[in-house]
Amino acid sequence: MNSVIKGTSYILAHAPDMVIHNGSTQTTERIVNPNSEYLVKLPSHIRSYEDALNYRPNQTYIGNMTPAELGEIPQPWYDKPMENGPRYGKFGEIMPEDEFYMMMQVCDVFDLVHLEKGFVADVKPRFTANPVISEDIAARIHDGIDISEIEHFVNEEHAEGLYYQDKLVGYVKRAHDVDVNLSAHVMHENLVSKASSVLALLYVVKNSGIDKSEVEYVIDCCEEACGDVNQRGGGNFAKAAAEIAGLTSATGSDMRGFCAGPAHAMVAAASLVKAGTYKNVIVTAGGCTAKLGMNGKDHVNKDMPVLEDMLGGFSVLISANDGVNPEVDTDIIGRHTVGTGSSPQAVIGGLVAAPLARAGMKIPDIDRYAAEMQNPDITKPAGAGDVPASNYKMIAALAVKQGDMEKAKLATFAKEHGMVGWAPTQGHIPSGVPYVGFLREQILNGEVNTAMIIGKGSLFLGRMTNLFDGISFVVRKNAGAAQAQEGGVSKAEIKGLIAEALRDFAASMME
Amino acid sequence: MDLENQKRVKELSEKYGPENIVVVLGAAEGEAAGLAAETVTNGDPTFAGPLTGVQLGLKVYHVCEPEIKQEVSPDLYDEQVGMMEMVLDVDDIISEMTSIREQYCKY
Amino acid sequence: MSLLKDKKVIIIGDRDGIPGPAIEECVKDAGAEVVFSSTECFV
Repeated sequence: MNSVIKGTSYILAHAPDMVIHNGSTQTTERIVNPNSEYLVKLPSHIRSYEDALNYRPNQTYIGNMTPAELGEIPQPWYDKPMENGPRYGKFGEIMPEDEFYMMMQVCDVFDLVHLEKGFVADVKPRFTANPVISEDIAARIHDGIDISEIEHFVNEEHAEGLYYQDKLVGYVKRAHDVDVNLSAHVMHENLVSKASSVLALLYVVKNSGIDKSEVEYVIDCCEEACGDVNQRGGGNFAKAAAEIAGLTSATGSDMRGFCAGPAHAMVAAASLVKAGTYKNVIVTAGGCTAKLGMNGKDHVNKDMPVLEDMLGGFSVLISANDGVNPEVDTDIIGRHTVGTGSSPQAVIGGLVAAPLARAGMKIPDIDRYAAEMQNPDITKPAGAGDVPASNYKMIAALAVKQGDMEKAKLATFAKEHGMVGWAPTQGHIPSGVPYVGFLREQILNGEVNTAMIIGKGSLFLGRMTNLFDGISFVVRKNAGAAQAQEGGVSKAEIKGLIAEALRDFAASMME
Repeated sequence: MDLENQKRVKELSEKYGPENIVVVLGAAEGEAAGLAAETVTNGDPTFAGPLTGVQLGLKVYHVCEPEIKQEVSPDLYDEQVGMMEMVLDVDDIISEMTSIREQYCKY
Repeated sequence: MSLLKDKKVIIIGDRDGIPGPAIEECVKDAGAEVVFSSTECFV
C-alpha cells in the first residue's frame, strides 16, 4: 500500500540583519567592492518584522492565505501589504529575528553560540511563550554574557557577530582554530539550517498530532554540508535536528540534490514507509543564510525592499496508509536521468510526460502541478522571470506538442492546473514542496484528486557535472477514501475523519 | 553575471582575440539578457566582477535570436530550444540584445 | 558570412531560460568550437 502524507509544517524566520552580514551577495560585495553604492543604500531597503508579517506571500507560506487567494492580488505584491498580518498560521509561524537567535542558541551543543545578557532577558519570555517551545527546549537557554566578551570574540577570535536591529547582540564562534570546515562562518550557516529545521519539526509534530516517540526516521534535504576537515559533508543534520526536537526514537540521514533534494527525499520517505521499513518518516529542511539578499542588487536598483530576508523551513510527515490521508503514488515517478539531455523539453518530458505515459495518463489528467514555487515578486525584478509561470508554460507546451491538449488551452493551463508562486528563494525550499500542505487539505476536502510535485536541481553549480537534475511524484486521493465515497459504504465515517482532521487544523490555528 | 564566468570571458578573449569570440546567452528574460550582453561588451554594469570597466565589445547573441537559429539544423534547434521559444518573450529578448549590440559591439 | 562557423564560442546559459548544454548542441551543430560553457542560476 502507498504511504500517506499525514502532516506538514511550514515556517519562516525573518532575518534582516543576516541579509546584511551573512548573505553571499553582500559578503562578496564587501570583499570586491567595499565602498559600493549598493552597500550604502542596502540598509534603507531592509524590511521591518511588521512588513514581513504583512507581506502576503509570507502569509501564504504559513497557510493564512491560499495560493488562489494570493493569485487574486495583482502583482507586484510588495506594495500591497495586508494589515495586521498574524505571526502564526495553520502550517507554522513567522519567527522574528531575535527569537530565532535564541532558537540557534538552544540548537547549539558545542558552546558556540552566546547572546548578550540584556538581550536574553528581553527575548526569553517571548521565546518561551511560543506554543511549540516545550520545557526541555526552554531549559537549553543559557544565561547571557557581557557585551565586552562578545566584542572580543567577534574582533579577536574570528567569531560571526549576531546583530539585531543593527546592534551586536551575540556571536557564533569557530569550532576549530585551523579547520575551515568548522569556521565561524560555516558553523553559523549550519546552525541556522539546523535551527529552522528544528522549528519545522516541532510544528509538524504539533500539526499532525503524532506522538514524538513514533517517529522512526528523519531525512534532511537542505543544501548545507556539515563535517570536519576529514569528512567535509559527513552529515547528519537530520539526526542533529531530531535530537533537539525530542524525536528520541528516530535516527536519520541527509539527502542532497540541490533544489531537487526535497522531492528526492519525499520519494525516498514514501518508499521506505511503503516497504514497511519504517512506519513514520519525516522529511525536513531548514533555511539558507547564503541566499539571503541574493538578488538584493536588483531590488535596491529598482527601489524595492530587499524581499529575500526570510529563512524558510518545512517538514512533511509520511506515514503508513491510514485509508484517509492523500497517498504518494510511487508507481508514477518522473526522473531526469544521466541520458535525458538538458534541453528544457527533455527535462519536462522526463519529469512530466514520460511517467504519465507509463501510467497511461495524459498531462491534463493531473489536476494540479507544483514545480518550482518561487515568488515572482522576488525573481521578476532580478531577471529570472516568473519561474512557476514558465514551468506551466513548458508543461502546457509539451501537452500541446504531444497532442494531449488543444492549443487553444495553452493560455488557461496555468490557471486550471497551476498557481502563482509564493515561496522565498531559498533554493530547496520552493521546490514543489510548499504546495504539499495545501494539497493535503484540498485532497481531504475533495477539491483536488491528483497532483504532481516536481523538484529540479542545478547540479552544475557544484562543478562536478554539467548535468541538471529533477524528480517528480504524484499525490492522489487515498484509494480507501475514494472507494468508500464511491460505494457510500462508510461515507459518514470518512467524513468524520476528515472533519476531525480539519478541526485539528482549526485548533492549531487558534493556539 | 557570475564573477567566475566574467573571469573566464576575460581570459578567453585575451587568449583567442576578442574578434574571434562569439558569446551565446540563454537568459530567461530580455532585461537579464541585456545585462549579460552589456557585461561582455561595455563592462560589468554592477561593478562587481573582473569585467568592471573592461570594454571587450564582443559579438553577443541570445540563442533564441534569428542570427543563431538560422545557423542550426531545424530539427536539432527544435529539439533543444523549440519549446522555450513558446515560453520566453523572444521579441523582448531580440530588442534588448539588438540595442546592446548597436551601442557597444566592436566586431 | 557565417556567424558561428569556426568561431570560438563562450556560452552563458540560464537554468530558467536555455541551459548551457542545450546551447552547446546548437552551436556545435553550426560548426563552432565551444571554449567555455556555463549555466547561471538566479534562484
